[in-house]
Amino acid sequence: MWDYSDKVKDHFFNPKNAGAVVDANAIGEVGSISCGDALRLTLKVNDDTEVIEDAGFQTFGCGSAIASSSVLTEIIKGLTLDEALKVTNQDIASELDGLPPEKMHCSVMGREALQAAVANYRGEEWKDDHEEGALICKCFAIDAVMIEEMVWANKLRTVEDVTNFTKAGGGCAACHEDIEAILEKVLKERGETFDPLAAPVEKVEVVAEKKPLTNLQRIKKIEEVLNSFRPQLMADGGDVELVEVVDKTAYVNLTGACNGCQMSAMTIAGIQQRLMEVMGEFIKVVPASQMPKLVTIGEATHA
Amino acid sequence: MPDIYLDNNATTKVDSAVVDVMIPYFTEQFGNPSSIHRFADGVAKAIKRARTQVQELIGAEHDSEIIFTSCGTESDSTAILSAIKAQPNRKEIITTAVEHPAILSLCENLEKEGYTIHRMPVDKCGRLNLEAYKNLLSDEVAIVSVMWANNETGTIFPVEQMAEMANAAGVMFHTDAVQAVGKIPMMLQDTKIDMLSISGHKLHAPKGIGVLYLRRGTRYRPLLRGGHQERGRRAGTENTASIVGLGKACELAIEHMEYENVQVKAMRDRLEQGVVASVPHCFITGDINNRLPNTTDIAFEYIEGEAILMLLNKAGIAASSGSACTSGSLEPSHVMRAMDIPYTAAHGTIRFSFSRYNTMSDVDEVLKVMPEIVAKLRKLSPYWDSVNNTPVANPEQAFQPTYA
Repeated sequence: MWDYSDKVKDHFFNPKNAGAVVDANAIGEVGSISCGDALRLTLKVNDDTEVIEDAGFQTFGCGSAIASSSVLTEIIKGLTLDEALKVTNQDIASELDGLPPEKMHCSVMGREALQAAVANYRGEEWKDDHEEGALICKCFAIDAVMIEEMVWANKLRTVEDVTNFTKAGGGCAACHEDIEAILEKVLKERGETFDPLAAPVEKVEVVAEKKPLTNLQRIKKIEEVLNSFRPQLMADGGDVELVEVVDKTAYVNLTGACNGCQMSAMTIAGIQQRLMEVMGEFIKVVPASQMPKLVTIGEATHA
Repeated sequence: MPDIYLDNNATTKVDSAVVDVMIPYFTEQFGNPSSIHRFADGVAKAIKRARTQVQELIGAEHDSEIIFTSCGTESDSTAILSAIKAQPNRKEIITTAVEHPAILSLCENLEKEGYTIHRMPVDKCGRLNLEAYKNLLSDEVAIVSVMWANNETGTIFPVEQMAEMANAAGVMFHTDAVQAVGKIPMMLQDTKIDMLSISGHKLHAPKGIGVLYLRRGTRYRPLLRGGHQERGRRAGTENTASIVGLGKACELAIEHMEYENVQVKAMRDRLEQGVVASVPHCFITGDINNRLPNTTDIAFEYIEGEAILMLLNKAGIAASSGSACTSGSLEPSHVMRAMDIPYTAAHGTIRFSFSRYNTMSDVDEVLKVMPEIVAKLRKLSPYWDSVNNTPVANPEQAFQPTYA
């Protein structure tokens, strides 16, 4: 049996807001019956204030799917739609004192149902932005689709590359055989052969710049590297943005789930490593919260 | 709270008589059976006795056809890898779509190495098409591996007939019989089965002990080479205490064979009839008239299995499910998919598997709580109309969520 927290069990055994809200004006339906999880979220939204006055859920799913749905309705009741949209799957999971890695998708389903319901209220069409694959790395909850996309996007060649770009395989290492299988498959489609001893991938734009870069070129380059990290961060409910570049220091904002996540230090270290490889110079990546307050753009450029 | 264990196809409680005979082999007779001193005095003899006890349960012709291994999975791997190693020119394997992962994962791996795997499909009742099977048999096939009974539904396959057919075509036949041994009688010396796997913990022996039955004369290549143990066919110091325990468990299985097929079956029958009568929209999966006496697998439509198990567990009842969530995979059990059970039912399958330790009052307890558990979860289900207490009309159309 899964190691569910007491909060998960409590929300499962005594679900809150079960059933459909009768006079709902926002409905979100997500999930997939083939995977065994499907959720309908119904909301009563105040048309003047956009405050969610009532929320109800109907869920076909396991214990953690029902608990995630239940806690979601509790979190969003009383919030405005804009406030509710800021709720991430990590918020849902932490409200439940965590979920097993195999079950994190239950919290993702909650967040997506919410987005779908808001879109429904606003007369927009909500489109699912990711596909879920079989869970490969249990330490960091990374699935096959994510790994495959990153292997394609960044032309990864070895297990080490995959770990550097996605964290997958960076824990207990038991999934390395599965990662190799993905690499073999994608490399074959690319017309290459998998070589476990291949040199680490040369990053994004391979050639480290020889000529000194202008400030604008440097910033563009840094953004390019940050962008290559974003899909993975966004899948975890987070994001990264460049705030400022001062000399050899890039200040970044980790938002959403990344903010305060235990992995944020590792993420920053990974970004820094890649920046140095791409730019061919030393660059330090620092959270924007540590940016000296007095530095203004004008001063920075003269520094 | 009651303490009702109905998950005996997953594993069984070790019989206390089995524990008793094992203890001396930890404490007094702990010597290596190969040694020549008093700590090993009776050990080789005890192993020999256990071998004949296993032999008797499965009706093998010779006790030397019994090879002790560490588990059912090891026996399965040994059988298949031996067959392909001994016949390097044969590059095909015949099996079924509903085997245990011990067979299916191994075959998937061999497929990557260039083997052709024929996974025979089953019909909605979980039955094989023997005509199609016959057409697959050829001198390209290294081995046929078909389970004696399915672990989820209890459906029994006609392995004796299939072994005859394989033999006539000159093809080796292996059966994973871990669910069948000890539950239904067998007489291997009258069959053409070449290899058969047993797992101790499925019949009240401890975990970590298994058997590969190897018909005398069958071409064989060991998986583990090393010492002379098991006549060089499975090297490694004998797990003496567990071997002795398995022997005792086999002896007890023979004694209880009739009880298993009369009383245990009666409990199973009463449970499934009671559930089907008291819970709307549920059905029994598998080949109902051709099953193990102890197993029933019931699909509860429009709700999910792990949620059912959690509520059963809260009521003191242990069972298991074929839902995706219980295993952490993305699909419901491959057995349910192979039988083409719709998703809305496949995720809600619950397997109750009995043993001789269960009683009729266990059955009563399940029947008491089951309707309420199902009703509670259906109230939460988007496929269920709580107002009229029926499934929503055209459930798969009425609720079509965006894939997420």
